[in-house]
Amino acid sequence: MFQKWKDRVTITDIVMWMIGGTLLLLCLWGSVSTIRAGLYTKSHWIDFLIFGLAQGSIYALIATGYTMVYGVLKMINFAHGEVFMSGPFTGYFVATAMWRSDFLDNHPITAIVAIFAVAMFVSTMVAFLVEKIAYRPLRGAPRLIPLITAIGASFFLQYLFKGLYGSGINAYPDIEILNGFWMIFGIRVLKIQVIVIIAAIVLMLVLYNFIMMTRVGKAIRAVSEDKEAAALMGINVDAMISTTFIIGGMAAGAAGVLYALMFKQVHFFMGFLPGLKAFTAAVLGGIGNIPGAMLGGIFLGLIESVAPALFLDGLGIIAPYQLKDAIAFTMLVMVLIFRPTGILGERLASKKA
Amino acid sequence: MTKAQSLWNQGVKIGAIGGVSVLIISLVGMVESFGKRDIIAGVLPMGVAIALIISILAAYMAAKKTPISEKSIQFANAVVSGLVISGFLAVFVMIGRSFNIREMFVGASPVLYNILTGGVAGAGGIFLLLLTGVLCGAFAGILYMLRDLPRKLTVNALLTIFILGLLQELILPILKAWDIGMINYLAGLFYTLNGLTPVGAILSVVIFCVLYLLWNANQGAVKSKYAALPKEARKKSQIAALIVLAVILIVLPQFLGLFLSEVITIVGLYVLLGLGLNIVVGYAGLLDLGYVAFFAIGSYVVALLTSPQIFAFGLNFWQALPIAVICGILAGVMLGIPVLKMRGDYLAIATLGFGEIIRILVLSDFLRPWLGGAQGIGSIPNPNLFGFQMVKPQHIYYLLLAGIILVIFISLRLKKSKIGRAWMAMREDEDVAQAMGINLVATKLLAFATGAGFSALSGAIFASKIGSVYPHSFNVFISINVVCIVIIGGIGSLPGIVVGAAVLMGLPELLREFAEYRMFVYGVALVIVMLLRPEGLLPEARHKMEFHDETEAGAKTVA
Repeated sequence: MFQKWKDRVTITDIVMWMIGGTLLLLCLWGSVSTIRAGLYTKSHWIDFLIFGLAQGSIYALIATGYTMVYGVLKMINFAHGEVFMSGPFTGYFVATAMWRSDFLDNHPITAIVAIFAVAMFVSTMVAFLVEKIAYRPLRGAPRLIPLITAIGASFFLQYLFKGLYGSGINAYPDIEILNGFWMIFGIRVLKIQVIVIIAAIVLMLVLYNFIMMTRVGKAIRAVSEDKEAAALMGINVDAMISTTFIIGGMAAGAAGVLYALMFKQVHFFMGFLPGLKAFTAAVLGGIGNIPGAMLGGIFLGLIESVAPALFLDGLGIIAPYQLKDAIAFTMLVMVLIFRPTGILGERLASKKA
Repeated sequence: MTKAQSLWNQGVKIGAIGGVSVLIISLVGMVESFGKRDIIAGVLPMGVAIALIISILAAYMAAKKTPISEKSIQFANAVVSGLVISGFLAVFVMIGRSFNIREMFVGASPVLYNILTGGVAGAGGIFLLLLTGVLCGAFAGILYMLRDLPRKLTVNALLTIFILGLLQELILPILKAWDIGMINYLAGLFYTLNGLTPVGAILSVVIFCVLYLLWNANQGAVKSKYAALPKEARKKSQIAALIVLAVILIVLPQFLGLFLSEVITIVGLYVLLGLGLNIVVGYAGLLDLGYVAFFAIGSYVVALLTSPQIFAFGLNFWQALPIAVICGILAGVMLGIPVLKMRGDYLAIATLGFGEIIRILVLSDFLRPWLGGAQGIGSIPNPNLFGFQMVKPQHIYYLLLAGIILVIFISLRLKKSKIGRAWMAMREDEDVAQAMGINLVATKLLAFATGAGFSALSGAIFASKIGSVYPHSFNVFISINVVCIVIIGGIGSLPGIVVGAAVLMGLPELLREFAEYRMFVYGVALVIVMLLRPEGLLPEARHKMEFHDETEAGAKTVA
């Protein structure tokens, strides 16, 4: 028995387990000492959790785009972060124009709907065009090629929007009704965070039901299951791939506006990190799996907001929040090593990837 | 769809694509900021030249894609697409002049409208713009109808002007450095301080045409003569060519000014990086987007060991250099182990994550007492060779040259060795390679380690050249730049990397205006190269086969 086990385990496995074990121990030790030190009160933790939930639901919305595209094309759409950026960046100009004409203050709901509409439209168009121009001609090419194209498209889009809209950080106008607090069960929470969470959850439910209930959704699922068989069943595969990008683009555009409303700023590079994080979320949940991506997004958001205080502060690390991105990436690498199929994933990522 | 409609379809469609392209480069500000630099002084600003090139290219494509091979229709299609392009611009100028769209599009300035309409105000300018479009289309149409030789001659002659104008900042200082009356006179004849003189442009076209025709007439004879040479003589001539190249490389910095030497050292650093990444991406087929991490490690090790700040180990550059390279190799192995089982997209993202983790860690306040945080580490001494201080970029150039030659030598030897073949087998198909008895773990780790070592070498030289290191110098763009060099130059091809680094890194340094659009252009270039020529511009023979055998085999089965 032991002999058998010994034969299957390689040195690299042991090294990886050691790395993983060390990280886990560090996290545990950090958490224990943070809690024992009692630097943070209960209300701090609740704040972290709600902020994490809000941020995580945005990641979740973006992650659905990654995961759906991976489902149908078996490739990572590197440019998805830029799809996410393009919408709110364009929406910013609508928002400021309305803010200047006092429309934003007089009819805030209509104004917000208009911003969402513009942003989602632009993101959708960008996603659609990227697929059509950069990915469609490369069906069936060696794997490295669409990946490099996607990287190229990503940087092209970033700098296109930088050139078009300028390189500055633009502050989103303040919307009066989104400011302030609500008391929920005796807890003071920022209105905007609650709205972001609710909006994201509603959007995700709509998206999930669209994929599960409608004919188009069924066709998309069929394409991600088996392209050839789907084509034989009379499904227009190219149209379904385009539709996938369109849905992903809409979700990303909406997520972008939520992000902009929460953090109150847009700039051309804003898609890079959320894009990477959302990818991490998609991998975390099991790439190709829509509920998984949603779950992964929320989980990642929570970890990112809680972990610096919980794990790192206790280890005596100064300014732990500077390291929150490093935590997310470490988690990505750890997930890829130990469970590449993700939390809910059925597909064997290492087999397909 | 009626027949008449379908005839013009291509013209309108390609015209629209061209129109959007020209509109985009105008809106992002390329036409305007390149407008300050002339290709031909006072006649043709570079921004306009780029817009014209795109228009002519689009019109040419329209003529080529015309469904009927009747000359007049093809010509008309080219004109139509030229008109459509200028129509897009005309509408844009009219909108821009009547409404304030600058609020949104920062590039939509009156200066841009002036450039587009040739400085003529009102309807006259719009007319001029449309006329230019039609003329571009007509020119492309004529070009398409010409026979092979005159067409190639025209295109290449125009490209010569463009390149000579583009490289003015490179050529002029070299000519001036001689400071001989004759050459000074020639330099003055061809160049102003801003672009070619009209006389120079005409002269260079004439000279180019004569040379081209001569070469064209004698090309066959020269080639067959070379082929007829016995093997030893051919080898001798190759060695002679190498010696000439070596002499040029050795004396080169003497003719370059300070600025150009600076540029060439930057190119050299990227050549080293590219050669390293070439092992990982080109030979072993592992796309590493966190490559900057090893560059950073090389730099920081040299900085920590030689700088009097922080630890003050007091080593000199030559003692620190091997340590830096060894640290890079170790880091390559350490970062390689976790990603051993990943392939393709996952590997790319995971390595990108690693690169960011390293940067975030170095930047953090947590590691500040050891790594200097955002302030970085300063006062790194210059390399000192037998008492000779290597201060000037010219000196660093020789250091880099030595490094590059060493790395090229290692790369070539590795490629032909057992390891090199194992890498290439792994690149083609990991599973098959493993089945053939290749130890994937060792092979992959060797690729990561070798690439990381080269990168650390580059980083070490970088640190001693700049004299200080900051975490901000090691962002993800360095990785992307290197990936662009390797991919666009030609995956796996050493000359491709050298040329790729020279063009992709040298040009933005020479043309300061270009630097702002660097990533924009790289992005476009990556997409276009992948779509049209996935093996890169100067491909390696084996890779070319790899990318083309599938399509050719497919074509055969269809036939």
